[in-house]
Amino acid sequence: MTGPRDGLSRARCLAMIIKEFIQMRRDRMTFAMMIGIPVMQVLLFGFAINTDPKHLPTALHVAEPSVFARDLVTALENTGYFQVTRHVDDPARIPWLLASNQVQFAVTIPVGFARAVQRGEHPVLLIEADATDPAATGNALAALDQIAHTALDRDLSGPLRSLRQPPPAFEVRVHRRYNPDGITQYNIVPGLMGVILTMTGVMLTALAVTRERERGTMENLLAMPVRPVEVMIGKILPYIAVGYVQVILVLLAAHFLFQVPMIGSLALLSVGVLIFIAANLAVGFTFSTVAGNQLQAMQMSFFFFLPSLLLSGFMFPFRGMPDWAQAIGEALPLTHFLRIVRGILLKGNGVAEVAPDLWPIALFLVVITIIALNRYRLTLD
Amino acid sequence: MTGAPVIDVHSLNKSFDGRRVVEDFAIQVGRGRICGFLGPNGSGKTTTIRMLCGLLTPDSGGGTCLGLDILREGAAIKRQVGYMTQRFSFYEDLSIAENLDFVARVYGLPRRRQQVAQALDRLGLTRRSRQLAGALSGGWKQRLALAACTLHEPKLLLLDEPTAGVDPVARRDFWDQIHRLAEDGITVLVSTHYMDEAERCHEIAYLAYGKLLARGTVADVIAGSGLATWRITGPGVAALARTLHSRPGVDRVALFGQTLHVSGQDPDLLAAALADHRASDGLHFQPAPPTLEDVFIHLMGEARDNFS
Ligand SMILES: Nc1ncnc2c1ncn2[C@@H]1O[C@H](COP(=O)(O)OP(=O)(O)O)[C@@H](O)[C@H]1O
Ligand SMILES: [Mg+2]
Repeated sequence: MTGPRDGLSRARCLAMIIKEFIQMRRDRMTFAMMIGIPVMQVLLFGFAINTDPKHLPTALHVAEPSVFARDLVTALENTGYFQVTRHVDDPARIPWLLASNQVQFAVTIPVGFARAVQRGEHPVLLIEADATDPAATGNALAALDQIAHTALDRDLSGPLRSLRQPPPAFEVRVHRRYNPDGITQYNIVPGLMGVILTMTGVMLTALAVTRERERGTMENLLAMPVRPVEVMIGKILPYIAVGYVQVILVLLAAHFLFQVPMIGSLALLSVGVLIFIAANLAVGFTFSTVAGNQLQAMQMSFFFFLPSLLLSGFMFPFRGMPDWAQAIGEALPLTHFLRIVRGILLKGNGVAEVAPDLWPIALFLVVITIIALNRYRLTLD
Repeated sequence: MTGAPVIDVHSLNKSFDGRRVVEDFAIQVGRGRICGFLGPNGSGKTTTIRMLCGLLTPDSGGGTCLGLDILREGAAIKRQVGYMTQRFSFYEDLSIAENLDFVARVYGLPRRRQQVAQALDRLGLTRRSRQLAGALSGGWKQRLALAACTLHEPKLLLLDEPTAGVDPVARRDFWDQIHRLAEDGITVLVSTHYMDEAERCHEIAYLAYGKLLARGTVADVIAGSGLATWRITGPGVAALARTLHSRPGVDRVALFGQTLHVSGQDPDLLAAALADHRASDGLHFQPAPPTLEDVFIHLMGEARDNFS
């Protein structure tokens, strides 16, 4: 359809870009989505999400009070994970408390516990957990191991000394690098940057192009000598600018509200951001060539957004997924961007560490752009 | 001299979902001519216009616009054609000036600002240039659309029902402007439902059910129809209209105020059908040339009979 003389024109690209910026500015909904979504998500998720919950409500049944029982409970509470909220006299109530969500754990110290300890009979201490959500109980249960070893050391003195655990044959030393205190925000907030860019980027472009078709302005656009690439550039460049504004918002929040460390180069990050935003916008543009109306465009955006959210390693540990799910995850730009942004901010990664995740996004961008330009019709057929 | 026709297409066909919407369409329009494009809704006018400017690809057939092949040189055609869509399709959330500026940039016009300012001036919209296009009334939207699609000085204008929903004064201004453009050598293909507009065209083409049924000047089309018409005036014409309907030889009965138009294809049969009523009190019978509307309704009825 397009003759060879008809190269890419700066004037036409500029016409599209200017028009798009004006429309963006006038459309309150879009504007609210561009600024409102990042601010809301960062505040909401940044403050709300905690993958290492502490002070979990615990029911306690002590069948027979003793020094051992008291010290055990103190040791449990000292881990920070358990907080005794219920003292239960009748152990039969425990299943009810767990089932009705009133406690996360129930600790039962049986009759004759102290005597059995003193006799070296290794009695059983029962801790029941509502393990419906493994993430909520995992860390707390891991902390129990240590308790069995040391909780009663103070009480096992004198003749009982021999009941103490012997020291292990070797010592394990753990270095929690990059996030020694296990602060969830350090992981979540940079991740949110990717999530926000994916969500708004795909949706905004998909809507922007579909709107032209729905309002009938596409027919006019097609009747003018604008080439598909120029339309695409015009639809994408303004939203890249929007993406950068969103990135700055998230970075400001990360720094001032959540004190997320920023060790690496922000210049390198902005390169990653550029490619990542472009990839998402290209997806949105492609969707718009398929969608018949804005509602469909919206639905398609969600179809892309959900797997991105769930399989990228933002919500759940990437390495916890089976191979096939990891393969899908590897194909999603968000997966790689999360590694890039977390790597740069928390680990101080440089070009060498970032490159293995940069090229897959770039490849994705190229493939999607080719699909988009092939699908974009110069006619109304 | 007019030289080669500006529009010269032949045997254009277009189907949507297996339904033939345009069938073996052919037309030639010379330079500087205003060609009216008429036909009932859904007859394929918009589809045909879209094929002419490269917005739709014909299933078969072909031809040239401005000497350029409509199948292969769409991009070049687009640069020289002004297409005004049936539905207002400039940006309602852009101001008048911003819309014109957008168009000027897209066509890469030299001295852009000046051209936009002149266009605004011609429109008489300089003072309202910052108003959003969406806030304009139908008539002003139409003026803006015409200004926008003539900004790049196209050689061919394709106007799709440009005056639908526009008041009579604005319509007359619009047609004055079309005639000025035609005098400057611009060729115009304009679709319309208005008979008075059809009569302002140099030539017309009548399309129904995707087929071109009549072509030529208004006089040609009327003469070519072979239709006989009588005008009947007087009291009780409304009652007469009902009785005449079912008579053999009467194809169409239409009441215009106090005047009844009765037409049929066979003059003798029609005269015979009317003969019984000529004695009625106060009715005045007069043979008259058919109007364009009589002809179109007749053509449409014929086409319907042939296709259903
Ligand atoms: N894109 C399309 N897809 C399917 N059918 C279409 C499309 N465009 C037009 N049509 C159908 O083709 C017929 C002719 O439409 P159109 O050319 O708009 O007629 P007109 O402009 O004379 O009213 C109509 O029945 C319409 O429903
Ligand atoms: Mg139409």
